[in-house]
Amino acid sequence: MGSVLVVLEVRGGKVRPASMEALGAARTAAELTGGGTVTALATDAAEVDASALGAAGADQVLVANTEQHSSDGAAATAARVAREIGAGAVFLTATIRGRDLLGRIAALLNTGFVPDCIELGAEGGKLHFVRPVFAGKALIRVRINGPVAVASFRPNFFRGAGRSATAAIQKTTAEPGKAVVTGLSGERKGRPDVAEATKIISGGRGMGGPENWHLIEAVADAVPGMATGASRAVVDAGWRPHEEQVGQTGKTVSPELYIAAGISGAIQHLAGMSTSKVIVAINKDKEAPIFQHATYGVVGDVHQVLPKLADELKKASSP
Amino acid sequence: MDVIVCVKRVPSTTTRVVIGGDRKSIDPTGVEFLLNPYDEFAVEEALKQRDAAGGGTVTAVSFGTAEAQKELRTVLAMGADAALLLQSAQAPLCDGATTARALADAIRGRKFDLLFFGKQAVDMDQHGVGPAVATLLGVPCISEVVHLEVKDGKVTAHREVEGAHEIVEAPLPCAVTAQKGLNEPRYATLKGIMAAKKKPLDVVDASVGEPLVEIVEMKMPPPRAAGKMVGEGPEAVPALVQLLKHEAKVL
Repeated sequence: MGSVLVVLEVRGGKVRPASMEALGAARTAAELTGGGTVTALATDAAEVDASALGAAGADQVLVANTEQHSSDGAAATAARVAREIGAGAVFLTATIRGRDLLGRIAALLNTGFVPDCIELGAEGGKLHFVRPVFAGKALIRVRINGPVAVASFRPNFFRGAGRSATAAIQKTTAEPGKAVVTGLSGERKGRPDVAEATKIISGGRGMGGPENWHLIEAVADAVPGMATGASRAVVDAGWRPHEEQVGQTGKTVSPELYIAAGISGAIQHLAGMSTSKVIVAINKDKEAPIFQHATYGVVGDVHQVLPKLADELKKASSP
Repeated sequence: MDVIVCVKRVPSTTTRVVIGGDRKSIDPTGVEFLLNPYDEFAVEEALKQRDAAGGGTVTAVSFGTAEAQKELRTVLAMGADAALLLQSAQAPLCDGATTARALADAIRGRKFDLLFFGKQAVDMDQHGVGPAVATLLGVPCISEVVHLEVKDGKVTAHREVEGAHEIVEAPLPCAVTAQKGLNEPRYATLKGIMAAKKKPLDVVDASVGEPLVEIVEMKMPPPRAAGKMVGEGPEAVPALVQLLKHEAKVL
């Protein structure tokens, strides 16, 4: 197949962790198709760690010379580098940045793209990708008929290659773009975003009202790195902001731990979180559909169960 | 201000998916189809921008089956001026790159200041059609937009990223993909529905040939292992935390 290009996710001059997983997937793809090199590309200027990127799977790292992210510029840089190195595949992270670039890079390379892969394989030397559709209600296995396989990989499904290798770092030129990022606003500090967190507690209508959200916050405070999410009903009622919504018209998440508090389990919510590794359901209605999808279920009133859960989690987290 | 908005007919998000006999698509029996929810935000923004500019047209374009005329009529009833259906039996499960080619071929040569899309269609969840169409047309694209200002030939948009909003600027003509939060979509009024019947809806054949991405099979996700009811009320919590720590090992 030749070499694989991995477009690293860079924000604020730092490489985001999901990039390491895409590098691991690239290494696997290279091996499945008869060998080849893996090139990592930072389309914006970034601090890069040659040993960490090498260990994850990169043979070489190219770092572009722009501080200001432009989506069309970054896509043009990636497509140019893909042509220069004769890439047979271009891999990205299935994150907001990756989603933004995926279709553009495929369009520039005159090929097809596959978003949000959760499995990677090969048949007859050709890569196959498995990805969820209908927000995870079904899966499709696909292959790309175009000249280059452009794909993104969902966080928490792949791992860095874990090699002992150091990547060679080189500079490259960034292509200019028309749409430019001029700044950030409303930065939410303190808690990770649901789309990136490995642990999430989400509240639903069973929480009773926005004034009870401190119960959710207390549980999240008890576990380092836990994000807070919400069901669609709660977001539509204006109790919580849309960026917290988990489900088919919100964010699709796959954390290690997902706690659903006062969420009945509407099909559109289940679609967004059913690939979580461990699901805990807390609901006073023991017939709630969420229990059929839960690893562990507790029947009870969230007003009583959540404070106790916050206490016990705090105890469990402290050494 | 001339605006084009691309829309898709999709199964409702309450659909229980059943795999069809071809093992490559869903069984449409009993499935309710409607306008893609994210496209409602795109249509609303298209109408708002046309009206704010004090004139111009909104044209809705869909790559879909003959049945997608219903969704295009919905967009006309909301207030769009004209609609174009690129009719293809292959459209519903077509990959994003092939869909983007069909849309870009139809839009190329038409005059527009803004080009709107929903940020994703809730059936194939590709997120890439808007950015790909814009790339094929050579215009900038800002994706997953929650706030938009258009002034002096320039677009300033806020897009949702993990943990913040990114502020992006681009010149017109520009493409935008709409995220929930951008606006509150209007409902079609009875008057709008009546008026929509007289608005132009053109149908052209859009055969796309071999798709760029081929579906080998569609399958249901593996079932989850049966869960455990830990107990009732706060008394069950210590046991739950022990299970999370020692059995599931996620703490």
